[in-house]
Amino acid sequence: MSDMHSTPGPREPARPGNDNGMSRRSFLRLSGGATAFAGVAALTAGLAPLRELASFTSLEKFLQKHYKEMTPREMERVLDRIAREVERQYGMRPHVRDLKPMDGVEFVYALNLSRCIGCRRCVHACVAENNQSGDPALEYIRVVKMPQGTFDLTKGEHNYEPESVPEEGYFYMPVQCQQCANPPCVKVCPVRATWQEPDGITVIDYDWCIGCRYCQAACPYFARRFNFKKPVIPKERLNPNMSYLGNRPREVGVVEKCHFCIQRTRAGRYPACLEVCPVGARKFGNVLDPESEISYILREKRVFTFILKEEQGTLPRFFYYLDK
Amino acid sequence: MTVVRNYLLFLRRCLRVAFAGDWRYYAWMGVLTAITLAGLHAYAEQLAGGLATTGMTDQVSWGIYIANFTFLVGVAAAAVMLVIPVYIYRNRHLSDLVVFGELLAVAAILMCLAFVTVDLGRPDRAAYMVPGFGKLNFPGSMLAWDVVVLAGYLLLNAHIIGYLLYCRYQNWTPRRWFYIPFVFVAIVWAISIHTVTAFLFVGLGGRDFWSQAIVGPRFIASAFVAGPALIILALQVIRRVSTYVVPDEALLTLRSIVQVAMLINAFLLINEVFKKFYTDTAHGASAEYLYFGINGHDALVPWIWTAIALNIVALAILVLPVSKSLRYLNTACACAIVGIWIEKGMGLVVPGFVPTPLGEVVEYMPTWNETLISFAIWAFGLLAFTVLLRISIPILQGSINKENERAEIRGSGRSVRTPETRALHVQTEEEK
Repeated sequence: MSDMHSTPGPREPARPGNDNGMSRRSFLRLSGGATAFAGVAALTAGLAPLRELASFTSLEKFLQKHYKEMTPREMERVLDRIAREVERQYGMRPHVRDLKPMDGVEFVYALNLSRCIGCRRCVHACVAENNQSGDPALEYIRVVKMPQGTFDLTKGEHNYEPESVPEEGYFYMPVQCQQCANPPCVKVCPVRATWQEPDGITVIDYDWCIGCRYCQAACPYFARRFNFKKPVIPKERLNPNMSYLGNRPREVGVVEKCHFCIQRTRAGRYPACLEVCPVGARKFGNVLDPESEISYILREKRVFTFILKEEQGTLPRFFYYLDK
Repeated sequence: MTVVRNYLLFLRRCLRVAFAGDWRYYAWMGVLTAITLAGLHAYAEQLAGGLATTGMTDQVSWGIYIANFTFLVGVAAAAVMLVIPVYIYRNRHLSDLVVFGELLAVAAILMCLAFVTVDLGRPDRAAYMVPGFGKLNFPGSMLAWDVVVLAGYLLLNAHIIGYLLYCRYQNWTPRRWFYIPFVFVAIVWAISIHTVTAFLFVGLGGRDFWSQAIVGPRFIASAFVAGPALIILALQVIRRVSTYVVPDEALLTLRSIVQVAMLINAFLLINEVFKKFYTDTAHGASAEYLYFGINGHDALVPWIWTAIALNIVALAILVLPVSKSLRYLNTACACAIVGIWIEKGMGLVVPGFVPTPLGEVVEYMPTWNETLISFAIWAFGLLAFTVLLRISIPILQGSINKENERAEIRGSGRSVRTPETRALHVQTEEEK
């Protein structure tokens, strides 16, 4: 006992006069056991909600490689797993592919603001094509109703619900992923779960995203969406034509966004939003092909073409233009 | 082998002392454990239900978790404010207290890591950040930088205090080359963890509210207020509940740090507010939302003005000589801590998202579940800090050391009643 206060400095406590250590000790041991038991019981009860997580992850998914590091055989196995999962959940065998970018293709989008009437058909076609969650509703395209005479987005209205569109005195500005050539979202991702493909599409590996949402904070176009809940897609709405980097059903806790309908466009079709547009405001194509419609528009409408937030230096592949 | 065995014996004694104490210690630890468990339950709910159980949305995609994270990185960084006077200016008043500062840093980093983890949508994939197994985007992503510097800071501090305490336990003189270089690295590193955290925000060019060069300096200044202020309060609690002597001079040395840092912080705030409001450009919409609200959306307005009032009170007390009296100093410290927590937490993170880049105004309000998780992480941090102190104080005082190791082991393998528990126990009786 005497060596316990060997260093000077601390206040010297008085020695205890009466030591009832034994009874105290046994009491502590008893209550310690009871506390430990109560603690384990409380912990078990407290973690009960985790039982719902049975299908959250598996060793197979955890050990799955990053998209860019998978061999073709590994990718085949993964595509098969995805198909099995979709079948189990929706009772329909999907056609899941991993379409690669085509050589000599760089996709570009152009949107004619003089034509857009703000009907939001593109928004819904996109949801249907890309298997977005219906509850909670998740949409890639946001149409902003703008008063004529300004491009100041803070003056816009997002939740407009008039009897009919277009409304007098307004124009409509649909915004979706701008597929930047210098994408801030890609730069910030801590795990390289999102990157730019050679054909200009910025994609996400949904099986690699950790859900930190840093890319959402970085995006100057409000283009990225997060699955705050397990996505729910009505069975009858499921689009069975799927691709790994595109519209296969997503899991809870990951980010997604417009990918120019990669499952369509890499197979030579137009994006769903373009096909549905009733006024032909949307144009899409290969900018490396001088004969394409998109090349023609960018060449001929040059004076009336602009990109959103040019000062950000993001170099979008999404152009807005006006008729003369 | 004896080296390993000795070290394991040391760890065993540390573990044992962590579970020993008087009824107040058990009550305190019991309450903290209960809150932590409640939070664990809330987190289980969040894992099962997704982040929809929080108040976050696509529009405001970070909330109270990242707010607390930002504040606590500052606390961790500021722990070195005790180290600098000791090792650079050789201030003896603070020399043993360095350990307390570094323990606080360790606890704060643990809280930081907990806050980023609960913010993840897929914590099961956190391992994808480990180089080799995953694909850490270093040096591209500032978040990757943050993970690296925080982990490094945790290791540095754990090494320094672990080594110093073990030497004290063994009654060895610490070898200077084995810890002094780390101390100096830790000082620079501390500044870096908070700078990197600032860059996390500053690097987002699309968010005008954050993308300001002044954010980094303001982070450091406010951290050097809140951190030492927290240490001032913690030291007084330590000297009240243990037999450890903390001289008033040490508290007053810290006071002058808080004082200067608070003045610099206020000066930088004025710079920031002037730039945002006098220029009156469209880039000031987030600041307008924060301070005055936009079109009736004003959830943060009462908070930020409370923070400003608290900071002004703290500043006023600190610059006056009355703050040499501990009662006033404590008031100032408490005001400053709360004020900075609001201003640099929710007051920094949320307005960055409002309005959105497309001009939409969506407000954020943390849910009950989210709030409970945050409280629980604080409780967990306090739990960790208390345990670390519970172990370190008797070692620093010399009441647990190599000499009495044998006696304890021979006495009774399972006894909770070691000499160091008696010291605490006796003090309670004295107070009665």
